[in-house]
Amino acid sequence: MAISYCYLLILRVDILCGIVGLFAKSPSIEQSLGAHITNMLTEMTERGPDSAGFAIYRKPVEQGRTKLTILAPSESYDWHEMKRQLTKRFECEISCEVHANHAVLTLGFDGAGVYDWFYENFPELYINSSGSTIEIYKDKGLPINVLNRFEVEKLQGTHALGHSRMATESAVTIQHSHPFSTGQDLCLVHNGSLSNHNILRENLQKQGIIFRTDNDSEVAAGYLMHRMREGDSLDEALERALVELDGFYTFAIGTRDGFAVLRDPVACKPAIMAETDEWVAMASEYRAIAVLPGADNAECWEPEPAKIYSWSH
Amino acid sequence: MMNTIDLENSDVTELNQKLHDVNGTKDKSEWQILNPKGRHNVAVGIDAPLKVKIDGHVGYYCAGMNKHANVTVKGNVGPGVAENMMSGIVHVTGSASQYAGATAHGGLLIIDGDASSRCGISMKGVDILVKGSVGHMSAFMAQSGRLVICGDAGDALGDSLYEAHIYVRGKIASLGADCIEKPIKSKHQKELGKLLKDAGVNDIDVSEFRRYGSARKLYNFDVDNVDVY
Repeated sequence: MAISYCYLLILRVDILCGIVGLFAKSPSIEQSLGAHITNMLTEMTERGPDSAGFAIYRKPVEQGRTKLTILAPSESYDWHEMKRQLTKRFECEISCEVHANHAVLTLGFDGAGVYDWFYENFPELYINSSGSTIEIYKDKGLPINVLNRFEVEKLQGTHALGHSRMATESAVTIQHSHPFSTGQDLCLVHNGSLSNHNILRENLQKQGIIFRTDNDSEVAAGYLMHRMREGDSLDEALERALVELDGFYTFAIGTRDGFAVLRDPVACKPAIMAETDEWVAMASEYRAIAVLPGADNAECWEPEPAKIYSWSH
Repeated sequence: MMNTIDLENSDVTELNQKLHDVNGTKDKSEWQILNPKGRHNVAVGIDAPLKVKIDGHVGYYCAGMNKHANVTVKGNVGPGVAENMMSGIVHVTGSASQYAGATAHGGLLIIDGDASSRCGISMKGVDILVKGSVGHMSAFMAQSGRLVICGDAGDALGDSLYEAHIYVRGKIASLGADCIEKPIKSKHQKELGKLLKDAGVNDIDVSEFRRYGSARKLYNFDVDNVDVY
């Protein structure tokens, strides 16, 4: 019995959720980044048909400005009123680009105080991301439907991460979907499940980290945000996460310049990486990499447990 | 006659059905499978002495439950290659993901590259030869068969081992519970030599390996514990 159970447990946890990441090393991949990440994430549909999301790093704003991606309750949301009040409060230039139920705001200042202002004045809105280049989009439904809703195929960028979700620990809502923001231009996608997220959430709340859901992955994102606010570098925060986070995980973390990958020490959750002269990619399965140009001749390897891998431009 | 199936124009279910149509026969026909592109369950459940060559990387459970067939993958394999194999040969020219050869009862699994974690977990009679290294928890609860590792082994090798034989040429990060080093006797040299030969390894001598097995403290009934019951 014991042996069957161990083995079946490994199989069971292996197939839930899919993650993908693509880092362009050439202008041609940057120009078609959206199309490639669309193909990759669509391949991960069977691993996560409930909801999908992606972070794309593109169109950096000028220094001193901030870009926010905001999620609204519906596509018919009145962005005009929000923009009017935001302009009045912060007395700055604001541009707003609407994509379905999301809007990308570019603020003419560094964004100080904007999170609290949204929380108090527009609690129905959810800030997916903030930074100079990051944009995060997510929604319920099959990955291909979500990707089409935001016309991802047309987007260009330097790097992107994606996630297809099969919920195990919490409800299927947009807010529970990945990626989760972990700070300025940072985000996390997670394949796995954490077993000590309740106690970690309580501790992090005492440190001032705000959570909007009961999702375990949001706790992992909150943990990294907290550690980096305390002064850790991303690598230091991930080293600490190996000690503090209990459970199964493959994390992909997007940064302004690139991305990092980390698997837990037991490494039940799958991950594969591949690299050519044109790109670096990571995915839950090789079939998401097979759709990339030149994949047949890419160098492929499986990331080792508890080892941080990172790339940057 | 060579049968060629291109998975760009055919799905895996269709392919496997064609292979299963000769199950239980002595059909020795040759099959070439093109463009697997990481698909799962390629060439599972064969029960005939077919010769199958897969050109490219495959996903989960390739050649699972294989019986009699000789399956070669020209590329890497995902998790669970040759899982529950009964007999035949599965040869991977690249590397293998986790739990390669899991619970397999017989046959020979050859991996030219590395195998990641849990290689040979719960193996029940299969022979596995890895020309590279293996990841952590390999041969966990392995019951019988032989695991030959020409490179290094990760943590907890042979944890809770039963009667499988483990041979390692390189370094071992750590041994698992109840797994100990044992002397290599002439009968072990003979079985190891045959396995290396069967796998086409001619440039490594058996004297370069060390042998590991069960201390038999975990699973055997110990008469000293009779009062506990």
